Amino acid sequence: MKRRKFDLAQVPANVGKGLDDRYKAATPLRGLLNKVFPDHWSFLLGEIALFSFIVLLLSGVFLTLFFDPSMKEVAYDGAYPALRGAEMSAAYESSLHLSFEVRGGLFMRQMHHWAALLFMAAIIVHMARIFFTGAFRKPREANWAIGVALFLLGFLAGFTGYSLPDDGLSGTGLRIASAIMLSIPVVGTWLSASFFVGEFPGEFIIGRFYILHVLLIPGGLLALISVHLGLVFAQKHTQWPGPGRTNHNVVGERMFPRYALKQGGFFMAVFGVISLMAGLFQINPIWLFGPYRASEVSSASQPDWYVMFMDGLVRLMPAWQIDIPIGDGYVIPPLFWPAVVGLGALTTVPMFYPFIEARRLKDKGSHHLLERPRDAPERTGLGAMSFTFFIVATLSGGNDVIADKFHISLNAMTWAGRIGLVILPPLAYYLAVRICLGLQQHDREVLAHGVETGIIKRLPDGRFVEVHQPLGPVDDHGHPLPLDYAGWVVPKKMNRVGALAPAIKGFFYPVEKPAEAPVSPGLPPVTAREEREEITSGR
Amino acid sequence: MTVIQDGPHGAGTEPVDVNDPRLSRFDIVREGARRDDIEIVTYESQFQGTNSKAERRVVRNIAFLFLLSGAGAAVFLVFYIVWPWEFELGHARSDYFTPILGISLGISLLALGFAILSWAKKLLPHEVSIQDRHDKPSSDEDRLITGQTMAYLVDELGVQRRPLLKGAIGLGLAPLGLAAAAPLIGGLIENPHKDAEPMMYHTGFDPVPNEGKPVRLTREDGSPIRPDDVSVGGQITVFPGIPHGATNKYADSPTLLIHLRTDDAAAARSNADTTNKDAMWGNYIAYSKICTHAGCPASLYEQQTNRLLCPCHQSQFLITDNARPIFGPASRRLPQLPIEVDAEGYFVAASDYRETVGPDFWERP
Repeated sequence: MKRRKFDLAQVPANVGKGLDDRYKAATPLRGLLNKVFPDHWSFLLGEIALFSFIVLLLSGVFLTLFFDPSMKEVAYDGAYPALRGAEMSAAYESSLHLSFEVRGGLFMRQMHHWAALLFMAAIIVHMARIFFTGAFRKPREANWAIGVALFLLGFLAGFTGYSLPDDGLSGTGLRIASAIMLSIPVVGTWLSASFFVGEFPGEFIIGRFYILHVLLIPGGLLALISVHLGLVFAQKHTQWPGPGRTNHNVVGERMFPRYALKQGGFFMAVFGVISLMAGLFQINPIWLFGPYRASEVSSASQPDWYVMFMDGLVRLMPAWQIDIPIGDGYVIPPLFWPAVVGLGALTTVPMFYPFIEARRLKDKGSHHLLERPRDAPERTGLGAMSFTFFIVATLSGGNDVIADKFHISLNAMTWAGRIGLVILPPLAYYLAVRICLGLQQHDREVLAHGVETGIIKRLPDGRFVEVHQPLGPVDDHGHPLPLDYAGWVVPKKMNRVGALAPAIKGFFYPVEKPAEAPVSPGLPPVTAREEREEITSGR
Repeated sequence: MTVIQDGPHGAGTEPVDVNDPRLSRFDIVREGARRDDIEIVTYESQFQGTNSKAERRVVRNIAFLFLLSGAGAAVFLVFYIVWPWEFELGHARSDYFTPILGISLGISLLALGFAILSWAKKLLPHEVSIQDRHDKPSSDEDRLITGQTMAYLVDELGVQRRPLLKGAIGLGLAPLGLAAAAPLIGGLIENPHKDAEPMMYHTGFDPVPNEGKPVRLTREDGSPIRPDDVSVGGQITVFPGIPHGATNKYADSPTLLIHLRTDDAAAARSNADTTNKDAMWGNYIAYSKICTHAGCPASLYEQQTNRLLCPCHQSQFLITDNARPIFGPASRRLPQLPIEVDAEGYFVAASDYRETVGPDFWERP
């Protein structure tokens, strides 16, 4: 019998053949490897949220192995002496156990919490990027709405998560949640009783929040994130305008070799930052809060930062109670408006913004090129308005701490928040629109006259004029021909058009010959640089 | 740079025969890209020549970062295993366990991240590729065909032609849908009014479950309270003196017992309205500690201004005037607990609260 020859070098090819025989993968795989992604730093903000979510899943699974979602009363007998003998729920006891008696448990807990904060922060900054650049426009309206839903789901995931340890702070949060449910007209008491199984706090809520937090909400997040990424993939990423970029192409790098590698490196960097935060910055030291007692609370009880805007709105709400004099009389408590109507509106109305804007502008076209914020002043103004509202509300969520640290009257802080919430957003709108128009004006000015050189020329008749460097060709009189605005950065400094000598590479000593100056920050040089003449006063 | 026109960019380059042995590997890659409507406009090394000084330097830096990553991970492992980590009171070496883990793992991961990033950004060639977006919707014909196919489906089912089926489906499936939802939702629903005495309207101070005897005001440990135990201007949190009275089972019951100064007590007594009449005992007054706004304990007692402040949302209540809200989002006053002193000289609740305790809700009378 002839011995079969085994050629190691042929193994990959043979495996590939075998796989393609079965799954017909070669063509789609080639398309995947070749897929072109546009590149810009602001496109990485959403990635931070994605990577934080992966860290959340990994660290969260570890935490479940130690957490006991039970409200059974136990007497603490663990490593933390200050609480020994205290009656507490098994959930709180297991959280303390995880923090003190599991090797690296505190590290994992803090990693989970910091990753959650980073997740929400990245979502908000990412949404701001999408909003201000108009990336939500047709055909991406659905993905924008999914993003808004992801924020709401993240909000609920965070709230259920920090309620689980059943410490003093989380119990207070649960109590407020129960009050918010109670405030809903007609069904409030039914809703609260059904949620808590009877009167607050009951014995079920931690177990129910647990399954919400570890199964239902993460399941929803995972599903929506998959659809979100799938749509980004299928519809291809938006890109900034620039040389060679049109509404019908994607200019960038292929997924392999460069793009995917950069993503991997970025994931590790995000993970590293979360690790540093988890190790160095204490977060939610539950042992200091003690077990939840309905009669105890400390001042400076603040929720996690992404819930603070809602807490702030609740604090600023005037005590407007609506009495309905029918039968025995019915009540709509003031808490209902900010906490139920407010949160509901703030997380659903933005979903429809793409359609509202398209309708207002009568814009039916598809947009794959981003707009600079200055080129859509009204949208930028609306964004500035929303952010101002969010910031005033968030600061008001901590107004007792601000009042305490800066020795301001607490009531003055509340009034400042109430007035600020009404006055500042329109002001921000006006300022943002004016700034946008000013920047547009300046862009047009430079396109028409050229870059200011800083060189002052004295004319024979004694006048002084500043020499401008035209950005394009000039006519017979030396006046620049008008240039069209391309929707991208207009160079406004001489350095940007090559007046600065190329930087010399090397930290302490130069490495080889000086590198070429890039043509634009977004693009590597593709043609040879033209010879430059020194700019003089023209003599 | 070449002028870009609309249309497939791969068309700009000529197709090649990939079986041609003279082709380099990159030629084949370029042909693959062409077939995916990608034009690789620029793909050039960032270094001049091979193995240049600059390139060697970048390679050295990346190698260093990989080694740093390994060193960080090794430090992490060593400290994870040998460093004392069990909690000790006071300043102990174990305090540094978590920071060391964070720093070492953070450095390791950051070094790995930057190693990969600089590999991609500095070693790999610069690239500009242009891919056609194919963003045009389906052709009109395709739309027509799909639309007709779906309309055909509806036609074939004949729901339009057979109104009996339309009605039967509705009547048949709607109950089934409800039947599917009922056990999922029905089991969760709790009736807040099911008890003879609905839970929202009663606290642990209700004498009825206590065999009709007035319930004592007790401390958290269950010990009863004499008037002498609260100094003038002082306050104490009290609980119903029943089994588990101080636990979260009676989360609506915590009450603030305040010993007012004589003139404040006189003011409180003269301000008391019909509901709160005769609820005080001497200069002692007791209000529910559960804020009527969101249910936090309104526990910050400002002795000078006689205000109670809730630390959650800063509602403020004026103790000398029926604890009516004077600032913040709360719209309803704190209920007052009528108190007296029993034969043994301990505080008891004369009756349950006369108003509903806790956060406000729709059907509160």
